[in-house]
Amino acid sequence: MPDIILKIENLQRIFEVGSEKVHALRGISFVVNKGEFVSIMGASGSGKSTLLNILGCLDRPTAGEYYIDGNPISKCSKDELSTLRNRKIGFVFQSYNLLARTSALENVELPLLYNNAISSKERKEKAVYALEQVGLQGRMDHMPNQLSGGQQQRVAIARALINDPVILLADEATGNLDTRTSYEIMTLFQKLNDEGKTIAFVTHEPDIAQLTQRTIALRDGHIISDQNIEQKSAKEALDALPPSDTE
Amino acid sequence: MNIYNLLKIAYKALVRNKTRAGLTMLGIIIGIASVIAMVSLGQSSSLSINEQISQTGTNMVMVLRSFQVQGGVNIGSGSIQTLVVKDAEAIKERVPHVEFVSPVVQSSGQLVYGANNWPGSIQGGDVPYFTIRKYEVDRGTPYTEEDVRTAAKVCLLGQTVIDNLFPNGEEPLGKTVRFGNIPFKVIGTLVAKGQNAMGQDQDDIILAPYTTVQKRILAITFIHSIIISADDESNVQNVMDNVTTLMRSQHKIREGNQDDFNVRSQQQMLQMMDSITGFLTILLAAIASISLIVGGIGIMNIMYVTVTERTKEIGLRMAIGAKNRDILLQFLTESTILSLIGGIIGILLGLCLSFLASNLLHWPFIISIPAVGGSFFVCAATGIFFGWYPAKKAASLDPINALRYE
Ligand SMILES: Nc1ncnc2c1ncn2[C@@H]1O[C@H](COP(=O)(O)OP(=O)(O)O)[C@@H](O)[C@H]1O
Ligand SMILES: [Mg+2]
Repeated sequence: MPDIILKIENLQRIFEVGSEKVHALRGISFVVNKGEFVSIMGASGSGKSTLLNILGCLDRPTAGEYYIDGNPISKCSKDELSTLRNRKIGFVFQSYNLLARTSALENVELPLLYNNAISSKERKEKAVYALEQVGLQGRMDHMPNQLSGGQQQRVAIARALINDPVILLADEATGNLDTRTSYEIMTLFQKLNDEGKTIAFVTHEPDIAQLTQRTIALRDGHIISDQNIEQKSAKEALDALPPSDTE
Repeated sequence: MNIYNLLKIAYKALVRNKTRAGLTMLGIIIGIASVIAMVSLGQSSSLSINEQISQTGTNMVMVLRSFQVQGGVNIGSGSIQTLVVKDAEAIKERVPHVEFVSPVVQSSGQLVYGANNWPGSIQGGDVPYFTIRKYEVDRGTPYTEEDVRTAAKVCLLGQTVIDNLFPNGEEPLGKTVRFGNIPFKVIGTLVAKGQNAMGQDQDDIILAPYTTVQKRILAITFIHSIIISADDESNVQNVMDNVTTLMRSQHKIREGNQDDFNVRSQQQMLQMMDSITGFLTILLAAIASISLIVGGIGIMNIMYVTVTERTKEIGLRMAIGAKNRDILLQFLTESTILSLIGGIIGILLGLCLSFLASNLLHWPFIISIPAVGGSFFVCAATGIFFGWYPAKKAASLDPINALRYE
């Protein structure tokens, strides 16, 4: 019996814009088990971000239930949701969202500043370790503007990893990157997944989705397919790229 | 949230925007500095006035001629002739606790020595005048009772008069100076006293027997005022009361009629000056507080802009687990740090300014602990009060919208 990391049941999300109702999610159910690498696919406007925001406890469903690591979020207060985000979830955004004029190390430390159980010594150790995991051991003191897009995204991934979340949520995490860098980032995600991290990855690019193990496809707020796929190696895809395509 | 982490977060956010933080603080710095400088200068001035007045003697009582309202017409004090030498003598003889009494007659005019002129004020008194007004003879001798009796044409000069009549450092003792057409022999010089409480130069003075001024210069029979010293500060009120009673009977003023004189004490002067300077201090501080409020609004303004500008940062912080309260506290802490640092700089600046100013004005320099403490408190309050609204706004942002904000 695999560990269930997250489970959603008949999830609905309706936005009210003026008098109109926008049905962004129309009853979605699935389960993600520990160690899975799931991609959420779909055209723009199909509800991917809305779904991911709910999975990330940033938003609440209009109807349906969501359990993360066994906790039903409908029973959580706002503060408890914040704590869930802080302890259980690692977010990776399309636009990195690093704090400007703040070193890579301090950017990575940020989530632990909101966790009183962690001493500053522990915080630093964990940040250093997370940066090592994403291959940035030499760039700890660099500011975001001294880093390339791929490196900035690695810092963001390290920041998502620092609290050892039960799931990494990525929304178009390769959307701002070129093909080679995208594959490099996907190589990193695959490595993290191999090490046991559960990942839900939103993308609209089929190439990227192929690098995951399971694809949930959305259209107009419905799941149109949910299947395990044959995972391709990002490393091989990277090696197959013509050598001129360098960052 | 851990206070240390909170401070760390707020501090880092401020350091990331040094220039803006500096400019925001400027308003508070100016506000606090002016409050501190104003209060401190106000207190210095009142302290200096107190010192000056007690220098002149806190046990001094003066009897002045008063405006007499006769049929609703207020006649000028120049023509009031109610005080006479006999009044002074009666006070000396009959009022208990009186130590010294001196009639005073004064005049002003041009003082001439050789080619040098000086518009001087001549104070005529009796021998005790020196003791009552605390004038000390530097060189030479004071005038004597004999001089007073004979209306001798002798005088003592204050330092300012000497400097102007004898600019080349000549010896004034024994020289003859002319006041109007009357030649006076300089028999002494006075120890310099500096400015008095009103900023008047107390060394711009010529002392002579009152009889000389009364008879030879003014040719009058009355006197201008009487100065009295009580034997002790605690008897001043008693002396004033007795002098008043005595003077009323001397002048045959009937019950219910107004006095034709006025009894004043240095203590009253002290209290009056205290209340004037106290009022001025409060007024100045109130004006300066306006700049503090402007500074506070500056903080609010900048914090408000900051919240909009940092929407994405706020969204990110919420996404990684910051509670609404954490965001609120972060922004409150930022504005409080800004106003406290601004306040500390402002306090130091204000103290420097008042130190410089009191040095220039020869006032004592005092650090007003209540003003400093109060300013510090006001700073913290300003930070919290003016930081509250922007912080509230930041905390109420929706993380998803904030993250999407460009
Ligand atoms: N805050 C919102 N208010 C109103 N409508 C929204 C809001 N967020 C998303 N939507 C709508 O929900 C639908 C799904 O949006 P989204 O989840 O962002 O799609 P995707 O990420 O797949 O491009 C869209 O039609 C979008 O307009
Ligand atoms: Mg989207």
